Amino acid sequence: MSVPTLDRPPAAGGEPQEPDGPDGPAAPAAGTPGQGRGHRGGMLPYLLVLPGLLAIAAVYFYPLYRTLVMSFQDYRRRHLWTGDTPDWVGFEQFTNVLTDAHFWAVATRTVVFMVVCVTLTVGGGLLIALIMQRMSLVVRLMVTAALVTAWAMPIVVATSVFRWLTDSEYGIVNILLSKLPGVDFRGHNWFMETWQGFAVVAAVVVWGAVPFVAVTLYAALTQVPKELEEAAHLDGAGGRQVFRHVVFPVIKPVFVLVTTLSVIWDFNVFLQIFLMRGNNVEPQYELLGIYSYNLAFQSQSFSQGTAVALITVLLLAGVAVYYLRQMMKRGEVE
Amino acid sequence: MSSPATTLRRLTGGSAPATTPDGTQTLRPDRKKPTRWYNLGGLLVFVVMAFPVYWMLVSAFRPGREIRSYDQTLWPSSFTLEGFQSAINSNFFWTSVRTSLIVTTVTVVAAMLLALLTAFAIGRFRFYGRKPLLIVLVLVQLLPPLAMLIPLYLQLNRMGGLNQYWALIVVYTVSALPFAVWMLRGFIINIPRELEESAMVDGCTRMGAFWRVVFPLIGPGIAATSVFSLVNTWNEYLLAYVVMQDNERWTLPVWLMSMTTQRGTNFGSLMAASVLIALPVVIFFMIVQRKMASGLTSGAVKG
Repeated sequence: MSVPTLDRPPAAGGEPQEPDGPDGPAAPAAGTPGQGRGHRGGMLPYLLVLPGLLAIAAVYFYPLYRTLVMSFQDYRRRHLWTGDTPDWVGFEQFTNVLTDAHFWAVATRTVVFMVVCVTLTVGGGLLIALIMQRMSLVVRLMVTAALVTAWAMPIVVATSVFRWLTDSEYGIVNILLSKLPGVDFRGHNWFMETWQGFAVVAAVVVWGAVPFVAVTLYAALTQVPKELEEAAHLDGAGGRQVFRHVVFPVIKPVFVLVTTLSVIWDFNVFLQIFLMRGNNVEPQYELLGIYSYNLAFQSQSFSQGTAVALITVLLLAGVAVYYLRQMMKRGEVE
Repeated sequence: MSSPATTLRRLTGGSAPATTPDGTQTLRPDRKKPTRWYNLGGLLVFVVMAFPVYWMLVSAFRPGREIRSYDQTLWPSSFTLEGFQSAINSNFFWTSVRTSLIVTTVTVVAAMLLALLTAFAIGRFRFYGRKPLLIVLVLVQLLPPLAMLIPLYLQLNRMGGLNQYWALIVVYTVSALPFAVWMLRGFIINIPRELEESAMVDGCTRMGAFWRVVFPLIGPGIAATSVFSLVNTWNEYLLAYVVMQDNERWTLPVWLMSMTTQRGTNFGSLMAASVLIALPVVIFFMIVQRKMASGLTSGAVKG
């Protein structure tokens, strides 16, 4: 597989530079027009950006603003049709949500589920990337093809397939498990026990997410200079030491990026559970996203739903800012 | 097939100049485990990743009586198209195809036009607010979808957008924008500015230089970016499910999920329908996968 950033010196990726380097946030403000990489261009850039910016404002900023406003109101079913302004209730929605034991159960479950999925995804992805480096060409092509196919599967399709695999009556997983001596999984319902149900959900999530991590980390691994590895070996370093002190520092920026992205994505897992449970998710399968959806669309308590959504945004804000900082360190936001 | 040791060398040392072609292995024979074990691991990964897709294909071509049995073989047994027939003939398939095609086509065209303008401005000009704009483009991609869904649904409901194509098209277009701008900008800053400048010296206006010089050169970039938006739009479920309540306005993902009911599911035709929906996506995705992998993490060469 080709490497898109061969021209980037590996050392620059290995040790993240100071964010306020020559290309850091301070530079553009001080940059003189006409010099360096950019033109001022008068009004033209603003005119070009305007349509896109308006669109983003309408479909991202306005809803976010509405989420904020609605969380301090009491928006219910009747407001859907009357158009009246809902009553202002201050922090009532938040107090209701935050004093509800169910919310804390859901929040804890979301974090645990996220940690498990991220660990499996990133750990599995790294392992696959490492062995991909060492396998023969034919096997590597096979693995790449399988990874890319899995990556391309729409979530609706992947979830349908995993539902079929784990179907209680004729699912192949039950059939194969029952072939083991002394094991009878015939008619076993994987969603009776919550932890087993979540195991199936985690399987879909991880199966769908591992390819991105593996392919990206594999591309990063090909950036590791062979001379460095050889030198470390000559100096008597074992395989593990070489990985820790030579290989990992080089792929670390990419590793941090994919991990952060995985944290955000797995925190927001919604569709896999929603579809697995036939669009009608029981309380014991609720994660924060599902909980917010059920409050809004099942209980028709839209304000409670937006309050939970807002809490989710705030919980993730730190991770998002961290991701942004990593991107800036890499000089991507230039 | 060459011996494992030489294969290993070829793979691990492919890009580095081989200084001691033959001596290396004998000097440090225990340096790495034989390729065999890694190949075995690779085959395991292959089986785990490929099996769900394989099983989808096998089940899609399998007759119903074999699907509903405990004696299913792991390899293809008999071959039938009955699953596909029942999927295609099931209610609302063709209306869903129409909706998905209309929504996806308009979305991709609109998103590309908007994204191209924005990406050109970001990639070619230094203007006040450029960096905040870039930051916004990163951050909005990280927002939880649920934070948008509730207000969007309420707003569309108020504007009479339920069951309307335009409602999906507008939201999908804007959802595709941040990543599309990001990706296109990566392609634009890779084109030497001197090309445009010489066109302008020869009498082109700035926009003329863009359309005559830059635009043809980023053709591949536009293709890759459109495919990415196409795949995302084609696959979107949640908003379509909430907004398109009228059966005749379903998109294909919503139609697919309507095939699984509480009363029982015909998994043969569900798998056949899954194949139908996934096929175009997988083909398109394979074409641009490399560009996308780099677009997500390392595609943006500094501009």
